[in-house]
Amino acid sequence: MSERQDIIRIENVRFAYGERPILDELSLTIRRGEIIAIMGASGGGKTTLLGLIGGRLIPSAGKVFVEEQNVPSLSKSALYALRRRIGMLFQFGALFTDLSVFENVAFPYREQTDLSEDMIRTLVLMKLEAVGLRGAAQLMPSELSGGMARRVALARAITLDPSIMLYDEPFTGLDPISVGIIGRLIKRLNAALGMTSVIVTHDLNETLRLADRVVVLSAGKVYCDLSPDEIRASTDPFIRQFADGLPDGPVPFHYPANDYVGDLLAS
Amino acid sequence: MKADPIALLTSLGHAVTSRLDRLGLATRFAIAVFSVLGVVFVRFGLIIRELYFSGVRSLSIVIVSGLFVGMVLAVQGYEVLQRYGSTEALGVIVALSLVRELGPVVTALLFAGRASSAVTAEIGLMRATDQLAAMDMMAVDPLARVIAPRFLAAIFSLPLLAALFSAAGIVGAWIIGVKLIGIDDGAFWSQMQASVDVRIDIVNGVLKSVVFGVAVGLISVFEGYFAVPTAEGVSTATTRTVVTSSLAVLLLDLVLTVMMFRGLN
Amino acid sequence: MNRSKFDLAVGAFVALGILALLFLAMKVGNLAGFDTGTAYVIEARFDNIGGLKVRAPVKSAGVVVGRVESINLDGETYEAVARLRISSAFRFSKDTIATILTSGLLGEQYIGLESGGVPEYLTQGDRVMKTQSAMVLEKLISQFLFNKAAETPGQTK
Repeated sequence: MSERQDIIRIENVRFAYGERPILDELSLTIRRGEIIAIMGASGGGKTTLLGLIGGRLIPSAGKVFVEEQNVPSLSKSALYALRRRIGMLFQFGALFTDLSVFENVAFPYREQTDLSEDMIRTLVLMKLEAVGLRGAAQLMPSELSGGMARRVALARAITLDPSIMLYDEPFTGLDPISVGIIGRLIKRLNAALGMTSVIVTHDLNETLRLADRVVVLSAGKVYCDLSPDEIRASTDPFIRQFADGLPDGPVPFHYPANDYVGDLLAS
Repeated sequence: MKADPIALLTSLGHAVTSRLDRLGLATRFAIAVFSVLGVVFVRFGLIIRELYFSGVRSLSIVIVSGLFVGMVLAVQGYEVLQRYGSTEALGVIVALSLVRELGPVVTALLFAGRASSAVTAEIGLMRATDQLAAMDMMAVDPLARVIAPRFLAAIFSLPLLAALFSAAGIVGAWIIGVKLIGIDDGAFWSQMQASVDVRIDIVNGVLKSVVFGVAVGLISVFEGYFAVPTAEGVSTATTRTVVTSSLAVLLLDLVLTVMMFRGLN
Repeated sequence: MNRSKFDLAVGAFVALGILALLFLAMKVGNLAGFDTGTAYVIEARFDNIGGLKVRAPVKSAGVVVGRVESINLDGETYEAVARLRISSAFRFSKDTIATILTSGLLGEQYIGLESGGVPEYLTQGDRVMKTQSAMVLEKLISQFLFNKAAETPGQTK
């Protein structure tokens, strides 16, 4: 096999917003072709991780290799060359509100290629067909439901047939049917286009159905790196709290505070 | 409560450093925008849409305002000139006021309220909804694709709008002065032509509006680009665009007027 | 709204703006005059130019034929040197007289040219030989008083 197995390699990365550390000496390897889910508490650095892979954020220490290139050290043009092979689905789709569905999906072709108008039309309709929304081509984003917008954004993200797809909370705010549709699309596209998918999500049920591997972050590090079956069987209190949605456990319900009674009597 | 001098000094220091920080940010942003302007000239089509939203959509307000301002100038100017028996000079006074000052300045203020605020809100919203981030991830530079065309559109639009404002104002003054009050038509135009100099008055007026276009355009895209990505943040940024643009225009006008017209004659 | 409608509206906007600029330049300003045409520069020296300013009009028989291009002082003769830019459409004889005049009682000052009868004409760089300086009000009044005094010596005593 000529291609390297590891498509993304994160080595000892540190990242902080101001004084608040987010990632601390985090290391993670993602293999070509797999669907990996990143889970963890809100504000735990999951989205930050996607930012680092896409080169939108620069770590204060450590290396982020994507296809053997160290992302933080790339020049702008090299970074843009790399990003043409990375697709990203943003939390709420991030469709361009002033463009129609068709033009949204056509956008990467118009910006990155010299294809003829006929060719672009054919390709766009193919991508829209893949997410089942060919009929909505002429609608504006404001006319779409949340689930449809997410699917259009997915079609837009895969226009240039990326080798890596990054999904930032793809299921948030969707009804269960839409969650199922998006989940199946992610799996199907990953297989059909030979992509590698990194999914940041809270939705454990859908994740366990979808992912090859689940990585749980805690305190800026990889807490565990397990298969869906191992997660289901795990007795670890932290993982159980996640899997069963318990309000209190290793992740405390209460934000750190002074003694309750003392606080009430203080005034 | 007694004022704590240390706390006062600290808050003063913080006020100064945070403003300097923002100025530094604005400067770096301006350099980044200027460095991608070339890309936009290659794809001129990008500017057309922005010229439509900034320029065409501002036409009616600019022309109507110009007409009214010219009419008011004619009424007021006539009152004063009448005392000195030189009402024929009405055309001169109105034309010089409009071409040198009111055209560029009032148009820039109207533009800040009508077009720039909308640009800030649009960019701020694009940022809040991750549209700029999505573009960046698609290897399309938002500075070149979104920011620069809107900036350039302001620079192109303002001189044209200011010229329309002045022209409308002079027509308004002509309607009041010649048609309604009855000043001699020939004297109105010939005195104007004898006193308004193309290079000194008209070209300098156009130069002023180009400078205002740079300032107003830059402020609107800067405030939008760095707007806090919330509903409140975008509305704050929009307000700030109008306030900062207006102050910048008036301050720049003073500087430019001193540079252009001081020592003339 | 599709692309071509944007183009049309923006095209109309730009055309309108340029029309307004042309209106300002031609109808409001004086670009329509001879400033664009060819011209020649002649020189005139005055003992005193009074309140003459650069860009003041040069007129002949009341018609504007050019403008004052620059005003300098000759350091040796202490004469004011005015360079006049005259439209090529007008020719003036070598013995033309240049006078500094005032439009109205308190109006702006301009240079009046009165052509003579010599068949040779002034060309680029030539000097107007006969000039008449500006009337300075103070001098005029003192001259008037002096003359009055000289006319009626008996009454002043």
